[in-house]
Amino acid sequence: MFGKLSLSSIPWDNTIIMGAVSVVLLLGLVILALTTYYQKWTYLWKEWLTSVDHKRIGVMYILLALVMLLRGFSDAILMRMQQAVAAGTSHGFLVPGHFDQIFSAHGTIMILFMAMPFLVGLMNIAVPQQIGARDVAFPFLNSVGFWLTAAAAALVMVSLGVGEFSKAGWSGYAPLTERQFSPGTGVDYWIWSIQIAGIGSLLTGINFLVTILKMRAPGMKLMRMPIFVWTTLFTNVLMIFAFPVLTVALALLTFDRYLGMHFFTSTLGGNPMMYVNLFWIWGHPEVYIVILPAFGVFSEVVATFSGKPLFGYRSIVYATAAITVLSFSVWLHHFFTMGAGANVNAAFGIATMLIAIPTGVKIFNWLFTMYRGRVRFTSPMYWTLGFLTTFVVGGMTGVMLSLPPADFVLHNSLFLVAHFHNVLIAGTLFGLFAGYAYWFPKVTGFPLNEKWGKRAFWCWLIGFYLAFMPLYALGFMGMPRRMPHYSNLAWQPYLIVAAIGTAVILLGIIFQITQLVVSIRHRHDTRDLTGDPWDGRTLEWSISSPPPAYNFAIIPVVHGIDAFEDMKEKGIAYLQPHSYHDITMPINTGKGFIIGALVFVFGFSMVWYIWWLAILSALGMLFTVIARSMDDDVEYVISAAEVEQIENERYRKLPSIAGNRHVDGLIPGG
Amino acid sequence: MTDQAAVIDELPAGQMEHPDHIAIKAFGFWIYLMSDLVLFAALFATFAVMNHSYAGGPSGGQLFHLPEVYAETLFLLVSSATYGLVMLAVQKNRKDLVLIWLAVTFSLGLGFIFLEVREFHAMIIDGNGPWRSGFLSAFFTLVGTHGTHVTFGLIWMLAMMVQVLTKGLTAPVQSRLLCLSMFWHFLDIVWIGVFTIVYLMGVA
Amino acid sequence: MSHESIDSAGMSRGTGKSYATGFILSIVLTTIPFALVMRGMLSHEATLIAIFSAAIIQILVHLYFFLHMDSSSRARWNVLAMLFTILIMFLIVGGTIWIIYNLNYRMM
Repeated sequence: MFGKLSLSSIPWDNTIIMGAVSVVLLLGLVILALTTYYQKWTYLWKEWLTSVDHKRIGVMYILLALVMLLRGFSDAILMRMQQAVAAGTSHGFLVPGHFDQIFSAHGTIMILFMAMPFLVGLMNIAVPQQIGARDVAFPFLNSVGFWLTAAAAALVMVSLGVGEFSKAGWSGYAPLTERQFSPGTGVDYWIWSIQIAGIGSLLTGINFLVTILKMRAPGMKLMRMPIFVWTTLFTNVLMIFAFPVLTVALALLTFDRYLGMHFFTSTLGGNPMMYVNLFWIWGHPEVYIVILPAFGVFSEVVATFSGKPLFGYRSIVYATAAITVLSFSVWLHHFFTMGAGANVNAAFGIATMLIAIPTGVKIFNWLFTMYRGRVRFTSPMYWTLGFLTTFVVGGMTGVMLSLPPADFVLHNSLFLVAHFHNVLIAGTLFGLFAGYAYWFPKVTGFPLNEKWGKRAFWCWLIGFYLAFMPLYALGFMGMPRRMPHYSNLAWQPYLIVAAIGTAVILLGIIFQITQLVVSIRHRHDTRDLTGDPWDGRTLEWSISSPPPAYNFAIIPVVHGIDAFEDMKEKGIAYLQPHSYHDITMPINTGKGFIIGALVFVFGFSMVWYIWWLAILSALGMLFTVIARSMDDDVEYVISAAEVEQIENERYRKLPSIAGNRHVDGLIPGG
Repeated sequence: MTDQAAVIDELPAGQMEHPDHIAIKAFGFWIYLMSDLVLFAALFATFAVMNHSYAGGPSGGQLFHLPEVYAETLFLLVSSATYGLVMLAVQKNRKDLVLIWLAVTFSLGLGFIFLEVREFHAMIIDGNGPWRSGFLSAFFTLVGTHGTHVTFGLIWMLAMMVQVLTKGLTAPVQSRLLCLSMFWHFLDIVWIGVFTIVYLMGVA
Repeated sequence: MSHESIDSAGMSRGTGKSYATGFILSIVLTTIPFALVMRGMLSHEATLIAIFSAAIIQILVHLYFFLHMDSSSRARWNVLAMLFTILIMFLIVGGTIWIIYNLNYRMM
């Protein structure tokens, strides 16, 4: 009836896990209780859970990412604490099996449930506004994509308290992940959660590609788009073409585990190396998926806060295009040591070196944008400067690793761990934080507190260096990754420094939470009335903060790069149109949420072998999709009169500053 | 010109307000098909590296019956042509012809699936199922994934027949028929790859 | 909604003639390879070349006559997307075959 599931599936004997589960359940109960107390269930359902509005969906993605950041960071704290003490005769406080689950969960969560939702959230919020559109091409699909991701994240969280998580790392190599060597539920939770999240990403990829290519405002030719839109376009190309390979890799592993097939087994014709090959064909484009949007954010931030157009617009576009294509040609560098011959290794090593060049081009473009600009040191700019200095180090260690002979020494050492955290934190995460700070006022109507933002930045920057520079050294000293315990006492001081670094980062996160609380508390004093708190250059700053559901009352006509800056220079930035017209928008629907709920049940039942429930939930999803297609009532009209009322309200609140926007001191709290 | 409307450079009211929904949906579906091609590419790559991993079991040459495969191929090919007749009927707004040709296409597709299931079943009861060897795992997965796509296409066809009957050839219905046509032709294209690389190369 | 129809969808229109031509060409391009293999009329290498060529040509026939992919501006993004897809497919299939054969030779 319940497959493999029973009460003994809960890890009662593990105090740390039971503690974590209790905290999560308690927080969940508090949230449920508060929602009930303030009678917000109807509001939550109608305005958020059923929303097909890209702005709302974007916020939900980012909330999911922030929650999962806390979960993934908790894993990091545990690992650093363990490694700081588990030297020589001491074995720390984590048994190896638990430690293995922690590093597996940490990687899986940070990449697929923190970075991906965060960047997709930023894309959702910013891109339709930047191209002068009302929404994305497929709003319902957008909702489905979000709920699939949320369901997958829920599956990972449930694995904490019911069963176990994978112990085979975030990359899940066969044959360790085969049923013979991992018979428990851990690998299955891992497989189903990232398989489901992957489908969500594929849907997002299709959605934004079509949106950008087909729904730009008139006059916005491709070479007039904001760079964040370009990087989103290329990121989505990567998503569309890379994720199907992950789907196949995971599906074949699933067939091995569930149906006894022999794709990656060690016997009967299986080839475990093929798993590694397929995984990294996806895996390499994936890391470009998480970095390109960050590059896009930095491009926007640097131009805005230098008060100049971005230097070398065309070269940044071409460089990003080159990265997109090249990212499908380097994947073998993740397994130089698996045994391929010199020709194969050399070819992929050279390709890997080549792909560093376009990124180098961009660094110079950003620096030259700042040169001779009037730079304003806002918190988004802080994150950008932290990125420009620190990311380059990570990029250079990457080029070191691209040399097969060097990689033979450094593969799977802490040098590798330091390299990828270097580029992921200083690159991806700083970019996401910059985007969060940059677009927060657009979403909410008030800015994030600058003082706490800068404090958080310094903690992250200093904490990062403390936590990861020792790891570069440890890699050279020969320490491998993923070690729950080690006997070489010379390594311990470095790991203690790294643990201190983690504590500094923790302080940074506390400051970020403080920042949010303080900003919300002061929102009435800092409210953004113009919609343009930064003196921005792109179209999203031309509408109110937050924008109305339809974004633009009249779709603007674009005449050049930095369309809003162009309008300001011509003195037409805040002119009110003489008449409005009806606007058709999509209706909210609960079917996205329902599909998400059903896919969670499906994933859970597949993990626990509850076949009848898996079949039922799968059929439920099919029926929901068909029911949606039978539904003809999917749009509603906002009348011209209503639009006029909303717009008049906005113009009434605008301080009279039209045409005089280049004034300092407009940045709140700085 | 100080008239605000001219300065703001508006389009005639509403021109940007009605993007071509059918074109956008068709393009989006096309992009999904491209991702599906990549999915099949990964499966073909897997088959390519495993197609001699017999593990002491039978090879393709020993298992495949080309006359049946030829029959399957014809079923699918003719069904592709009859779906073309569906689209012609849509262009002429002939609801009755649409239903007829949809039914014909469905029957042919069902015939394809029937033959494929029969082939799989015969191999399995002989002990040559996908658990027998890497080669057979790759075979069943590649051909089976194609068959699963065809099956979903058949379910979609049934849903479309119901929609044409109950709603008529509205714009959303036309849009879905167009997407299904792309899907159906695409599956026939993938089958060309399958019968060439799996069956013909396996026997030759 | 009068301007919305499948005519304006991003692809050219089909005609009875195009479907019929495509169908007949496909029948021929299917029967020949099957006959070659089932009758064993050519050498092994020649057979492989023949069946692959027939497959590629038939795929192009399907793309042109059934999916109406041509050089018209309507189909431009579709063609571009397909070309990029084919590039990626080559990298994936070609790269995998090269890598795995190399690995198999050295490691197994």
